[in-house]
Amino acid sequence: MQYRHGAGRKIGTFMMFAGPATLVFAVVMVLPFLYGILLTFTDWDGKAVQLSFVGLANYATVFGDAAFWSSMLLTLRFAAFTVVLTNVVAFLLAFALSSGLKGSSFFRAGFFTPNLIGGIVLGFVWQFVFSRVLPVLGKLIGSGALSTSWLGDPGRAFWAMVIVTVWQYSGYMMVIYIAGLTSVPPELLEAASIEGAGGWAKLRRIILPLLVPSIIICVFLTIQRSFMVYDLNLALTGGGPYKSTVLVSMNVYQTAFLSQQYGPGQAQAFFLFLIVAAVSIAQVYFGKKREVEL
Amino acid sequence: MSVSIRRATGSVAKYAVLILVLAAYLLPFVLVLLNSLKTDPEVVASPLAWPSVLRFDNYVSAFEKMRFMSAIGNSFLITLLSVCLISLLSAMCAYFLVRNKSRFSTALYLVMVAAMIIPFQAIMIPLLKVYGAIGMLNSPWSLIFMYIGFGAPFAVFLFHGFIKGISLELEEAATIDGCGRYGVFFKVVLPLLQPVVMTVVILDALWIWNDYLLPSLVLMAKQHRTLPLSTFYFFSTYTVNYGRLLASLIMTVIPVIVLYLFSQRFIIKGITAGAIK
Repeated sequence: MQYRHGAGRKIGTFMMFAGPATLVFAVVMVLPFLYGILLTFTDWDGKAVQLSFVGLANYATVFGDAAFWSSMLLTLRFAAFTVVLTNVVAFLLAFALSSGLKGSSFFRAGFFTPNLIGGIVLGFVWQFVFSRVLPVLGKLIGSGALSTSWLGDPGRAFWAMVIVTVWQYSGYMMVIYIAGLTSVPPELLEAASIEGAGGWAKLRRIILPLLVPSIIICVFLTIQRSFMVYDLNLALTGGGPYKSTVLVSMNVYQTAFLSQQYGPGQAQAFFLFLIVAAVSIAQVYFGKKREVEL
Repeated sequence: MSVSIRRATGSVAKYAVLILVLAAYLLPFVLVLLNSLKTDPEVVASPLAWPSVLRFDNYVSAFEKMRFMSAIGNSFLITLLSVCLISLLSAMCAYFLVRNKSRFSTALYLVMVAAMIIPFQAIMIPLLKVYGAIGMLNSPWSLIFMYIGFGAPFAVFLFHGFIKGISLELEEAATIDGCGRYGVFFKVVLPLLQPVVMTVVILDALWIWNDYLLPSLVLMAKQHRTLPLSTFYFFSTYTVNYGRLLASLIMTVIPVIVLYLFSQRFIIKGITAGAIK
C-alpha cells in the first residue's frame, strides 16, 4: 500500500479532486444564496454601495403587495392543473405504449420531442397557433370560443399556458412512466389474470401500487417545474393580457429588474424558495411512506 | 379465429388512435413549418392553407437578421465547454467524496444535495449584484463558470450514487501496478463512469442549450447572444413579419431535431436514468 494518510496529503487530494467543483459551487450558489437572504433585510436599490438595514420592511411590503399575492395564487392554480393533467396524460400515453406494441419506440421518441426545445421557442410556436391559426379555424367551423385569440382573454390565456405546459411535460413524464411500467413483473400480471382479475383490477391492485416510485418522481418534477416556469410565460403571453398571467417567477423578475425594487424582489424569491423546498420535502417524505416493497 | 381477428382490429384501432394523437402533438411544428414558407399576407389570410409556392426568402432574411451563425456558434461553444467541465469536475469531486469518508465530505455532499431544490430565482438577484460589482458580467466565460456552479450539485449527486457501487479492488489492483492517484482516476474509474457521463451530458446539454433567463441576465453584448436570446430579441424587433419569425423558429429547432434523430435512444435512456436516481 502506497497510501500515506497525512493530513497535508489529504487536503492536497481534496484540492485537486473536489476543489474546483466545490469552489465554483460555493461562489455561484452558496454565497449568493446566503447573501440573498441578507439582502432581504436591506434597502438596496440596485446601485448603492452602502447597504442599510431596514429590518422586516421588505417582507412587510411583499405581504401587503396585491400583485404578488395574485401571481402566487395564479401560480398555485397553474401548478395544480398542470401537475394533475400532465401526469394523467403521461400515464395514459405510457400505458398505451408499454403493452408490447410494435414501433413503440417511434411513438415514444415523437411524444418526447417538445422537451428538446426551450420554453422561448415553444412559447413563440404556440403564440402563433393561438393568435393566428386557431381564430381562423374557429371562424371556419363557426365556433365562438375559438374565433378570437385565446391570448387576448385573461381566462383563456391562463388555459393556453396550462395546455402548452401539459403538452410539453407529458412526453417527459411518459418516458419515466414507461420505465416504471416495464419493470412490473409480467408473472404477477399473469397470475392475477389466472385468478380472474380484469384489466381494471390489475391496474388498481398491481400496476399502480408498483408504480408509486415513478409517480412520486413525476409529481415532484412537475411541481418543481410549474413553480419555476418563466421562459414559456414570457414568450407565450408575456404576462398579458393586462398582467393577468404573470406567474410568480415573472413577478420576481419584474419587481427586481423592472421596478428596481431589489429588496422586495429578493424577499419574494426567498418566499418562493420556501414553498418549493416545503413541497419537495413533503413529497419525498410522504412518498417514502407509501412505497411498496417487492 | 374470432379472437385473433378481434385482436388484430384492436391493434389497428390502437395504432390509428396513437398516430392521430402523435399527429396532434406535432401539429404546431408542422403549422410553423408550412407558414414559414409563405409570404406575410398569405400567413395572415390563411394560416391553414398549403403554401402556393415554396419560398425560402424568409429563411434567407431571418438567417441574416437574427445573426444566426453567431448565435449558434455562441450556443455551441457555451454548451460544449460547460457540459465538459461540469462532467469532469463533478466526477472528480464525487470520486473524492465517496473514497474519502469524513465528516467534512459527508457535510459537503449533503449541502450539494440540499442545494438542488433552490430555485434559480432565489439566487439570480444577489448573483447579478455580486458578479456585476466585480465586473464579471457580460462575458461568455462568466456564464460558463456559473453553469458549472449550477450544474455541479446534480452531477455530483448522480456520480456519487454510481461510484459507491464500484468495488475498491479494481483501484487497489491498479495502485499495486504502480498507478498514482490521478492514474487510478483517469485510467480506471473514469472509463467506468461512462453511462453516468452520458446522462449528465444529455441532461445538461438540453438545459444549457435551451436556457434563456441566465444568459439574458449575464450577456448584454449583441455579439455574445445565444440562440434563445437572439430568437427572443428577433421576435421583439420584427413583430409583424410572421414568415420571417416562423423561419427563425424552424432554424432554431432543426439542429436539435437532427441530433435527436441520431441519438434518440441514448437521450431517452439518459433522461430515464437521470430521473430515477
